[in-house]
Amino acid sequence: MTVTPLGIPRRVLEFTIDGEEARVPEGSTILDACRAAGKDIPTLCEGDTLRPKNACRVCVVEVEGARTLVPACSRKAEPGMEVRTDTERARHSRKVVLELLASSVDLSTTPRVAEWLKEYEAKPDRFGPDAARLNEEPKVDNDLYVRDYDKCILCYKCVDACGDQWQNTFAISVAGRGFDARIAVEHDAPLTDSACVYCGNCIEVCPTGALSFKSEFDMRAAGTWDESRQTETTTVCAYCGVGCNLTLHVQDNEIVKVTSPHDNPVTHGNLCIKGRFGYQHVQNRG
Amino acid sequence: MDLHFGDSKPTDDERAAVDALLGPPESSWEGADRSDADLRWARGGREARDRRDLLLPGLHAINDRIGWISEGALDYLCRRLTVPPAEAYGVATFYAMFSVKPRPATVLHVCTDLACAAAGAPELCAGIEARLGLGSGVAVERSPCLGLCERAPAALAIRAGDPVRTAVSAPTSVEEAVLAASAPDSAPEEPPAALAVPQAGQGGLMLLNRVGVVDPASLDDYRAHGGYTALRRAFELGPAGVIREVTDSGLVGRGGAAFPTGRKWQATASQPDHPHYLVCNADESEPGTFKDRVLMEGDPYALVEAMTIAGYATGAHKGYLYLRGEYPRALHLLEHAIAQARARGLLGDDVLGQGYAFDIEIRRGAGAYICGEETALFNSIEGYRGEPRSKPPFPVEKGLFGKPTVENNVETLVNVLPILTMGAPAYAAIGTQRSTGPKLFCVSGTVERPGVYEVPFGATLGDLLALAGVRDGLRAVLLGGAAGGFVRADELDIPLTFEGTREAGTTLGSGVVMAFDDSVPLPRLLLRIAEFFRDESCGQCVPCRVGTVRQEEALHRIVERTGAAAAGDIALLREVGRAMRDASICGLGQTAWNAVESAIDRLGAYE
Repeated sequence: MTVTPLGIPRRVLEFTIDGEEARVPEGSTILDACRAAGKDIPTLCEGDTLRPKNACRVCVVEVEGARTLVPACSRKAEPGMEVRTDTERARHSRKVVLELLASSVDLSTTPRVAEWLKEYEAKPDRFGPDAARLNEEPKVDNDLYVRDYDKCILCYKCVDACGDQWQNTFAISVAGRGFDARIAVEHDAPLTDSACVYCGNCIEVCPTGALSFKSEFDMRAAGTWDESRQTETTTVCAYCGVGCNLTLHVQDNEIVKVTSPHDNPVTHGNLCIKGRFGYQHVQNRG
Repeated sequence: MDLHFGDSKPTDDERAAVDALLGPPESSWEGADRSDADLRWARGGREARDRRDLLLPGLHAINDRIGWISEGALDYLCRRLTVPPAEAYGVATFYAMFSVKPRPATVLHVCTDLACAAAGAPELCAGIEARLGLGSGVAVERSPCLGLCERAPAALAIRAGDPVRTAVSAPTSVEEAVLAASAPDSAPEEPPAALAVPQAGQGGLMLLNRVGVVDPASLDDYRAHGGYTALRRAFELGPAGVIREVTDSGLVGRGGAAFPTGRKWQATASQPDHPHYLVCNADESEPGTFKDRVLMEGDPYALVEAMTIAGYATGAHKGYLYLRGEYPRALHLLEHAIAQARARGLLGDDVLGQGYAFDIEIRRGAGAYICGEETALFNSIEGYRGEPRSKPPFPVEKGLFGKPTVENNVETLVNVLPILTMGAPAYAAIGTQRSTGPKLFCVSGTVERPGVYEVPFGATLGDLLALAGVRDGLRAVLLGGAAGGFVRADELDIPLTFEGTREAGTTLGSGVVMAFDDSVPLPRLLLRIAEFFRDESCGQCVPCRVGTVRQEEALHRIVERTGAAAAGDIALLREVGRAMRDASICGLGQTAWNAVESAIDRLGAYE
């Protein structure tokens, strides 16, 4: 059972989404309200356990009176606001943003993107065969996880999860500028020379698979990764007394990766190196 | 916070550079040798983290002394300030003037931007590179606008050392640029700022009246020419009275956004949260803009006085002057002016004996156009990457260090002096009803007398070009800089007011008026604009990060093509440009397509 903290009661705001009345508690974002109203707005950099960074701009909507479109994930709902989610203008921006992204990085392991590309009729190929893209080799410099920046959309979620929002390790940051901006550890060093503590919380929040378990990376390379054959079992970590929840992803009776439920009020999906990666002893069957 | 520092050690020089800024370290927790006491308690933590805003000055200290920033130097600075090395690395790699890879102690920045490109920068660069090849001890870097457009083409040499030495050469030639780089100390001195003001010494000037008339290093001279009468009047009026005058004057911001200054001041002054901050945006990096440099170099005390008034009115006791890193002379003159004002009781704990405390700190940028965006500027001062923040919340509510902040451009602030000395009604009578007061324009390109011109709002583009002596064969005028737009040679009757340019479908922007004649290859110019935005995008949001690259690629494809052959790419540009304008986080991405669009629509660039 999930325990949801109730918090202090909040004022209810009234505004409209696509002409329909919407009522949400004060402090809710436009995206919260849209989801409550059953509207499907694409999001990539928005994270359920992190403060919205609004960097990807696929969730933009039109707000009456605003000069530009606004990101639904971070803009707070205000009383009397008139929000339109599906106008030609908003759809155009989402389509172009999806095209720009898909033309510059590999989105093949990003959940739902194929569906959105289709829905918005995005054609990433139209920038021509010479369109600049990342084309970076995956960085495999340790046994626990792989950094494949060819898939990185620079959503900043790993930076926030590693930094002051969760882990407080501050091992990763954005380096460089513009199209050359990259997620990097200090001095662009291998992970093993960095401040990384291998909690894997950055993998937990990565929306595109740019950060992944080495186990998943190897299985994908071998062509044996098959999510349809995997089961997920949530249990309690046995390493210490905190009682973090672990979700074991099991394929063919082998644990292939470990995640953690984001709605757990203690850990919010975060784990330590042992909970996240310390499962090999389970499968050492001599 | 569990910080991890690598094994790299700073050299003695690097350590000395950091210690010269921060003082010697007090314990092994921040980089000193270990003592017995260090084993018993740790100092630093929160107190040290509160000094994070010294990260940018620290990076400058290392870069100035050594010429680049090594791992050991960066780690030592991080240890001193309790900043995670990954974040400091992210900051150091954000700015164009820093290098995290070894490079020669002398860097020669050669401007390749619009005015300099039109004045032959590509050939100049090739010539300089041929002379200063490998082994010359000089790194030649192609630079965005150095703000010396009236003397194009321009170069800036910076030689690391203690102290760092700089030399500006403009207009420059291969020989002069090489001389500036090889012997910055003996390079010929820059001409006085007054030479950038063709109207210098003429009667009737309000903002430029002291440029070329006073000695910019002399406080007495400034006072003899009416300096500090505005501040005295401000103390008579009280903070609310000053805001009333500024509101009644109709002054709007001159940095490009044209927001009413009085309203901004009122909104900041009334915030219950304290302290309040004042930030002067002197990060003038819009290609074609150099008016703030001329004001700061020609009349630095005026800015000091105006900042004091703005601080007084809005309840701020500290003002930050964020100056772009490419302005060494403005930096020296302002440092001198602030020190003099402090010594004479015009800054400090008790300004003019009125019981009001105010002081100014200069912060130097390090080569990033985006830091002129007001919230990116806050991040830069605070020691973070110069990425813009989402608004709301607006700076008047949560600005620098999360506190209510008023941020004004140099020219905006300097306008406050005549408002207070002549009174709001007299000031508001100048110009038009909706654009009041005098306005500075940076005229460059193919004109006889390039420079900063002061005209009342309402003069037409033709009037201004006539003042500057427009040459025959004018093809187009770029208004507002790279983020502005082109107008045709037959549109010279556009009134230079905010409302007039808006009605004409263009913008006044930061006051750039750059004239181009038939000899300038327009597609190359547009390519340079696209290249500028691609280089200067911070990379935070997708429409701008990738959009500026796709825009440049399309312009590359059509650079030699016209008509039907270009139509497909122009349609693509329009679609990408529209999404960038609609969905980018800040003004950089939102305006990156303006100039190219105007060249296609108004000039028929690819027909």
